[in-house]
Amino acid sequence: MELTGKQKIWEKYQKEIPSDSYYYARSCIRQNFWPGSENTFIKILREELGKDIKDEAHHTTCTGIAYHSDVVPLETTMTVVARQFSLMSESGYEHFVPSCITSFGLYTEILETWHEHPEIEQTIRNFLKESTGRTFEKPKFLIHPSDVIYSLRYEILKKARYRLINIETGRPLQCVEHIGCHYAKMFPDAGVGGAEFPHVLAGMVEAWGGEVIDYPERRSCCGFGFRQYLVQANRGYSIANTKRKFESMEPYKPDLIVTNCPGCPYFLDRWQYVISEMEGKIYGGDGYGIPALTYEELAGLVLGYNPWELGLQMHQVSVEPLLRKMGFLYDPADKYVVGNQIIQDRPDHPDVLKVL
Amino acid sequence: MNFVCNTDMTERLKKKVLIIGAGIAGLEAAVQLMNLNYDVEVIEKENFYGGHVKQWFKTFPDFQDTKPLIDLIAGKPDNLNIHFGSVPGFAEEQNGIFHVITDKNLHIHADAVLISTGFELFDAHRKEEYGYGIFNHVITNADLESFFQNGFPETGKLSLRFGFIHCVGSRDAKAGNLYCSKVCCATAVKQAIEVRQHFPDSEVYCFYMDMRMFGKQYEELFQQAQEKYGIHFVRARLSEVNQNFDQSLLIKVEDTLTSKPMKMSLDYIVLMSGMEPSVSSQSIATLFGIALDNEGFIKVSKPFIAENITEKKGLFVAGTATGPKTITETLNDARSAALAVHQYLNSK
Repeated sequence: MELTGKQKIWEKYQKEIPSDSYYYARSCIRQNFWPGSENTFIKILREELGKDIKDEAHHTTCTGIAYHSDVVPLETTMTVVARQFSLMSESGYEHFVPSCITSFGLYTEILETWHEHPEIEQTIRNFLKESTGRTFEKPKFLIHPSDVIYSLRYEILKKARYRLINIETGRPLQCVEHIGCHYAKMFPDAGVGGAEFPHVLAGMVEAWGGEVIDYPERRSCCGFGFRQYLVQANRGYSIANTKRKFESMEPYKPDLIVTNCPGCPYFLDRWQYVISEMEGKIYGGDGYGIPALTYEELAGLVLGYNPWELGLQMHQVSVEPLLRKMGFLYDPADKYVVGNQIIQDRPDHPDVLKVL
Repeated sequence: MNFVCNTDMTERLKKKVLIIGAGIAGLEAAVQLMNLNYDVEVIEKENFYGGHVKQWFKTFPDFQDTKPLIDLIAGKPDNLNIHFGSVPGFAEEQNGIFHVITDKNLHIHADAVLISTGFELFDAHRKEEYGYGIFNHVITNADLESFFQNGFPETGKLSLRFGFIHCVGSRDAKAGNLYCSKVCCATAVKQAIEVRQHFPDSEVYCFYMDMRMFGKQYEELFQQAQEKYGIHFVRARLSEVNQNFDQSLLIKVEDTLTSKPMKMSLDYIVLMSGMEPSVSSQSIATLFGIALDNEGFIKVSKPFIAENITEKKGLFVAGTATGPKTITETLNDARSAALAVHQYLNSK
């Protein structure tokens, strides 16, 4: 493989990422699946790097999941998004940073639609005014938080306590990077590195000492695919797709998977358990599976944050083997501590997939 | 009569035709116009003549070497007045005389100008999902011709699997080219046969959109490829190329006859890059103030009846500068253009 060929593509798809003053819109499902990730993003920006970020409490869903599931008409979605922009304008910010990849894709699509069809934008402005009395400015920059972390990856490296290096072998950890479909597949120019060979997560992995695995099913969906999972009868497609990815990455012996989408780490994590129960198959070494992390969790680990405050106990696949490879010092007893309370009820251990 | 004829010839010798581009269209037109006793000057941006054909190993459907063919077209190339490594930098027309200054500060005054700036091969890097420039064994039709001329890189394997991908950058709305490049299907069949001749143990697959074997002997070539050389033709569109753990290439295609997705591992992928309007044509059009058509090729004044005449008087066009053509079509078009120039100069 020619790295220079990839680098040429990466050069072609560089986007301007503002260095400060972010308006953050949290994700509906990330707050439930990976509650530590969004807080970690804010913590890194505010406490480590001294950036200004507004954590908006008044926004609603963007309706992205409903839109992609064909249950909400586009005009409704656009009006809801217009209200989010209105909240941003009201706060005096111009750099809109939606936590969710699907939101990011949806906002990109809507801004492109308005750019191509100003009459639609005017219609939506009218809808918003009639329904809420609000007006809005469009964001000067629409960026995903993974873009922000990518742009700050070397600043994070300067403060890093750990590297993505196996302390026993001294070799880079082998990382699968999985980009959410809605990040750049619809609009390649919107993503760092484009759609085919995206660099946004690869850049973080490389900066922090790891090595990216380029496996044949790299571009495939995580298995979520919205209707593949949301329609119960279709769930076989979901798990079959995820299994195909695992089969494809297995020969490369990945140490971890890093993702930038709400659904991807969920499916890449939970389906490992389901596949192990259905087929007795475990991917990854020693029967523990392959940890699937968000990029904020990975950045938090590199910065030496307490893994249990990052919320890594929410993962089905145990992260402790990864922590050991990194030489991470942690207290296993903290895993079930919430605030000052120790949770006495522990989850049952699966029959096949080993957990710690 | 002889005296009159000589006077005519003397008059004609005073008339000069500037040809921009020394590909096969420019060469053929130059030779024809010289035979009609015009003073011909050619400027060529490269340091060789023959254009794309020079970089091709053999022609289809007859597997003829290209070098003798070009020499046959050019006749005695030493007699041709070609300024290599030059492009027009300035052009104006006054009273029917074109004044062109090249980037090498060569001043040419001509009674007529013929544009034969050819085409560009579609840059396969633009189809990022095909992995050209990323995966070592993803090559183009031009790369394959170069391998035929200069030798294949060592693969360490005797039995190789080749996949030819038709319509790369042609008939592709995403690439911005809705037109057919005309020559790629026949080129793929020719190259597939050459691969089988070069690697007798190889397996060869052609993934095509439609087989457009329209020319004389093309269909026979297609039949020969299937029956004699066992080449597999699969009606399919490629979605993406990736690399397997063993470094072989993994393709994902949709079989468009069965409407089913298909995966296959290959050792080499040959992308059949199509024709695009040349950058030179675009800059020449700007320089001379003539229009391009919707596809970016030079616009002709009247389709069907004046295919070699531009909208500007005294300015003519030949070959693939107006759209994709085979070698045969290009040469015929060049002769037609020479005749159009001759008729114009005769009527001046």
